[in-house]
Amino acid sequence: MKSVADLKEGEKGVISAFLDNKLALKLLEMGCLPGTEVTLDHKAPLGCPYCISVSEDYQLSLRKSEAVTILID
Amino acid sequence: MIVALIGNPNCGKSSLFNHLTGLRQKIGNFPGVTVDKKVGFCKISDGSDIQVIDLPGTYSLYPNSLDEQVVLEVLTNQNHADYPDLAVIVVDSSNLKRNLLLFEEVNDLGIPTVLALNMLDVANEIGITVNTPKLEKILGIPVVEVNAREGIGLEGLKLTIFRALEKKQIHQNIEVISEEIKPTVSKVREKFKLKSEYAALHYLLQTDKLAFLNVTEKKFLENIASELQLDADAFQAKEVMERYKDIGQTLSQVVEIESEKHNSLTLTQKIDNVLIHRFWGYVIFLGILFLIFQSVFTLANYPMDLIDGGIASLNDFLKSILPESKITDLLTDGLIAGIGGVVIFIPQIAFLFAFISILEESGYMARVVVLMDKLIRRFGMSGKSVVPLISSMACAVPAIMSARTIGNWKDRLITIMVTPLMSCSARLPIYTILIALVVPDDKLFGLFGFQGLALMGLYLLGFFSALVGGWFLKKILKTNERTFFVMELPTYKKPRWKQVGFTILEKVKTFVFEAGKVIVAISIVLWVLASYGPGEGFSKAEERVAAQNIGLSSDELEPKIAAEKLQNSYAGLFGKFIEPAIKPLGYDWKIGIALITSFAAREVFVGTISTIYSIGADDADDSTIKSRLKNEVNPETGEAVFSVATSYSLLIFYVFAMMCMSTIAVVYRETKSWKWPIIQLVYMSALAYVSAFAVYWWLK
Repeated sequence: MKSVADLKEGEKGVISAFLDNKLALKLLEMGCLPGTEVTLDHKAPLGCPYCISVSEDYQLSLRKSEAVTILID
Repeated sequence: MIVALIGNPNCGKSSLFNHLTGLRQKIGNFPGVTVDKKVGFCKISDGSDIQVIDLPGTYSLYPNSLDEQVVLEVLTNQNHADYPDLAVIVVDSSNLKRNLLLFEEVNDLGIPTVLALNMLDVANEIGITVNTPKLEKILGIPVVEVNAREGIGLEGLKLTIFRALEKKQIHQNIEVISEEIKPTVSKVREKFKLKSEYAALHYLLQTDKLAFLNVTEKKFLENIASELQLDADAFQAKEVMERYKDIGQTLSQVVEIESEKHNSLTLTQKIDNVLIHRFWGYVIFLGILFLIFQSVFTLANYPMDLIDGGIASLNDFLKSILPESKITDLLTDGLIAGIGGVVIFIPQIAFLFAFISILEESGYMARVVVLMDKLIRRFGMSGKSVVPLISSMACAVPAIMSARTIGNWKDRLITIMVTPLMSCSARLPIYTILIALVVPDDKLFGLFGFQGLALMGLYLLGFFSALVGGWFLKKILKTNERTFFVMELPTYKKPRWKQVGFTILEKVKTFVFEAGKVIVAISIVLWVLASYGPGEGFSKAEERVAAQNIGLSSDELEPKIAAEKLQNSYAGLFGKFIEPAIKPLGYDWKIGIALITSFAAREVFVGTISTIYSIGADDADDSTIKSRLKNEVNPETGEAVFSVATSYSLLIFYVFAMMCMSTIAVVYRETKSWKWPIIQLVYMSALAYVSAFAVYWWLK
């Protein structure tokens, strides 16, 4: 199973499910719903945190430990 | 009448608040929590004054931090002093879908609502157009267009607020409460006399987050919740999905998107390519830091010198026109000097916050957090701690205030606790004079001055001890608050100068009125201790010195009298009293007095030793102080008082010692408890004492 953490810089994916329920709630209210397209824009120089853009509308930054809980197709 | 401004982070809510209230705002606290409450007053269309509250930014009514919890508490507690008569939901029109989630939730609580469409210009730029009248019709509440950045549409908003207060409108969008649980939820609604079932539902789902409920009420709610077998997380997820579906349907009718123009992030992504670059990202960050430091140190010096000189000449002037008396001294050397000690920090605070607010406004600060997060995480802090740590090299007071941007309480507390370990500019005079005393003025490889290297070493020692301190606190402190790092990265924007001005004003005001009160009080106490003494030792000091030094002019006598008086004052006696405790560090009672007086502010140390070693305060030129200190001999042992061991011991002491009333005051203000400043004072003093002791005996 692929997660947001497996994306390469510039690669896109569509959210399919969340592994962490509490974080999922936070992401849901920030507009990251299953079916939303996300792009990995940048990884910070030391490999963490990540910057992703959500349906090309706005950018989020999240840690690697958080990115692995977001599954993508 | 109370109107609350509610919205997502970065939706322009605070700009709108500033436009509506102008300078008629004040900052207080919400009862019992460490969250600032911004309240202001605004004249609406009928000329009456309404109270406007700027609630913390949040994405929904389900809180993830203490800030967000305040929003839930204020909006669900109808007896809350700040419970609004009307909610103005401010939304970023370029991202309506996400912003309307909070709107629907607040509206369903039964609070009359007005929707303010902000940032329509940004939306238009990326090809989004909104049919406002149609949106108003579908939502069933007033919708008004504003531009908080430029301050456009304010009159329209005020008129809408006025009308909405006259005729309060609520419109329920969708039903999130299922038929099965509705009867029970209605019972809860009746018991607490709530305006809506949805509010009652929050009582059931988030009982433990509602601090205003008493134990019996909580028990009652918990029983019902378990009867209904409510799974709060599952309900929340379902509710959010349903609302998004509803919002999607609404938006499909009112929003048009020109697809080819639609990518708001292109420019931001391009800037990020440089600013989060693995090499240039850090180079640029260090460059910006360097620029900030140069400005804070050099530019702030001019106004600080002016203030210093102004206070001194005001004191001289008052002393010349007022009769010589204790009351005059209290006014000048106690009160005005104390106020001067507060006012002198204003330029540094203003400069620092000007830069910080520009960095925040432009969107760069969020990138600094991304750059530094991994480096600093292992030391119990987060990327968001970088700003306070850097700022504290100028002054810990504004630095600790800037730690507010850290959402996680544990991260923020650790940051506050270790920030004073960073060497601030007030330590600089002490470092300079002691280094000049013991470090040879030679060059390593003919290039780097030893004295400069020693100074840098002291700064680095402070920095690394802050990291180590953070690491320890991370192990010790426990927290139940589960927070996430995930945060929105704002797009890059041009800073709004008005907003920068408001931030500076707000921080300066907070500092002067909150921390300032304590500093002034302590200064007066110190003045009393240094100006009074028991018995003849103090009262006859003048005559004694005159008798011992016959033939000296009064100009030469004055510093000697001042020194004799200080020795016999309460502060002097206290210095002698603590001498046994500081002797192991290599200090005598005179240094003891300086240690005590430097409690008001570290830089007082140099002034005190120059007084006590009877160097007139007016020729406090370094070479004089230096040679005096060098020649000072311990009468018992015949050795120099400021030996190499003593001087290094003092240097190390001041790297670690808290020694600053202002910092203690601001830590008290920021943590809203005496517990943390006391713990901080104890651990830093212990650290200072033990290290100074070790250094003294090692070198001796």
